Amino acid sequence: MLACGFFMLWGLPSFSPFILTLRAERLLALVVVGAAVGASTVVFQTVAANRILTPTIMGFDSLFLMVQTGLVFLFGGLSYAALPVTPKFLLETLLMMLAAMVLFSLLFGRGRRDMHRMILVGVIVGILFRSLTVFLQRLLDPSEFSVVQGAMFASFGAVDLTTLYLATGLCCLVFAVLVPMLRPLDVIALGRSPAVGLGVSYDRALVGLLGITAALVAVSTALVGPISFLGLLVASLAHALMRTHRHALLVPAAALIGAVILVVGQGVFERVLGLQSSLAVIVEFFGGLLFLILVLRGAVR
Amino acid sequence: MISIRDVNHNIGSARILKDINLDIPRAGATAIIGPNGAGKSTLLNLVARLQPLQTGSISIDGQDVGKTPTAQIAKALAIVSQQNFVASRLRVRDLVGFGRWPHHRGRMGPEDHEAVDQALAAFDLLSFQSRFLDELSGGQQQRAFVAMGFAQGTDWLLLDEPLNNLDMFHARALMKRVHGVSRSGAAGGRQVLMVVHEINYVAAWADHVVALREGEVALQGAPEEILTSAALSGLYEMDIQVSEHQGRPLVLHHV
Ligand SMILES: Nc1ncnc2c1ncn2[C@@H]1O[C@H](COP(=O)(O)OP(=O)(O)OP(=O)(O)O)[C@@H](O)[C@H]1O
Ligand SMILES: [Mg+2]
Repeated sequence: MLACGFFMLWGLPSFSPFILTLRAERLLALVVVGAAVGASTVVFQTVAANRILTPTIMGFDSLFLMVQTGLVFLFGGLSYAALPVTPKFLLETLLMMLAAMVLFSLLFGRGRRDMHRMILVGVIVGILFRSLTVFLQRLLDPSEFSVVQGAMFASFGAVDLTTLYLATGLCCLVFAVLVPMLRPLDVIALGRSPAVGLGVSYDRALVGLLGITAALVAVSTALVGPISFLGLLVASLAHALMRTHRHALLVPAAALIGAVILVVGQGVFERVLGLQSSLAVIVEFFGGLLFLILVLRGAVR
Repeated sequence: MISIRDVNHNIGSARILKDINLDIPRAGATAIIGPNGAGKSTLLNLVARLQPLQTGSISIDGQDVGKTPTAQIAKALAIVSQQNFVASRLRVRDLVGFGRWPHHRGRMGPEDHEAVDQALAAFDLLSFQSRFLDELSGGQQQRAFVAMGFAQGTDWLLLDEPLNNLDMFHARALMKRVHGVSRSGAAGGRQVLMVVHEINYVAAWADHVVALREGEVALQGAPEEILTSAALSGLYEMDIQVSEHQGRPLVLHHV
């Protein structure tokens, strides 16, 4: 599987040798987004003890957009847009991580075993964020609105370079923090009581893991906008292919699968079929279909 | 010794545990009995720091449960809860291997594998060891969770209704095992604190008995003192006869 992933990654750019740097940047963006989405979804699903929910279904991405919109609202569109990208992105990410950690540790702290309630709460929270974002946007004047509008739709097209490097850096940092937590994640997957019984500081780990998830979602949302169902698709594939409970294998596999899906998908769509932005649509279609199947089949573990 | 001092536990306005002051001696196997809802699981969970302590204090051989790092407690005390459920798809051997987590923290060594093998053998699980947990019967699952607690190798072992779902053969085997580990070894063996409803198993295998009722300690003492017709009839509010079999009380509660 590793070999397959690398083959795809290395094979692709040599497909068309011209405009290599541009393609390399886009490739980097796709890999970062795919890896961030894949890893964050697997981590989140373990924390939530739920294979249907993903950070995006629970509105993490909307939370990010809400924070963005809220900042534009507070500071005024033009002056906000004039701010340098670096502190802006970091501020947005930080705020979002804080909000996600507080909110979701409250949600997951106790009684998280009731799957149906969790799904319901999750979807409602997601809708809440989305509506709040729309509401804030209504309050903005048109010029300010256009500032945030650009961020609202998933697009694998051109990406701002500074954001890309920032996001890549942040992503690497988060992965570095995540690596030592991969083994405790196996224990956390057993549930709160067994994990505490085995000496894992469950509540502290939970907050940290939610922060990590939030940061990864911020990375991918900032780069390409909201993509709802990619994570679900990737996490399901990772679990199906790896057939293990060990996160030291699951999380890298999910990151790899996410990157491969995006790179191969975008490559095929752009180069072979000559279509521009349909990858998001296709991924959402299959991801959404999978979501329905999983919900209808019910027996998800 | 586990010392429980002034422990109260409320859920909403309901008083689940009322001013519990209790010492669990290092007597070998201690059984907690009492009617449904008496607060037995709550007490066990508080001792094992699975729920936060609201008032009072609990210490295990001098270590304060509230102040000692949870990783350190995990080497002194293991708990097998009344209800066990695992969300991820796990093989029996991997589950029992998690019992060794406090010692290896993710990297199993040879002594961990050995402990897992012993626990699997002790609970008759060797033939199931590579089966997935959700492909086992209820009693087999229960044995797997108890084996995980055993594999943890701690001085104190807390078992919340370990006989759940077990047939006669495995129930007796488990109690024999519990009795055995509380005897063996140089330091006087491992201490077991368990909630048991099947009163005759208590009569046959326990060294010390604590009876809870409506959140209070109703009785405590040696099995011969507690398992009397008068005491049990009061505890469970029903007519219970006690006779004797091979020097141990035999409780007739089913007719
Ligand atoms: N989450 C909760 N909310 C409200 N009441 C609760 C909750 N959990 C337990 N209780 C109540 O606390 C009391 C003690 O419960 P506990 O589980 O400790 O009983 P138990 O002695 O272990 O009973 P059993 O023999 O049935 O296992 C019961 O009356 C129960 O209804
Ligand atoms: Mg109980």
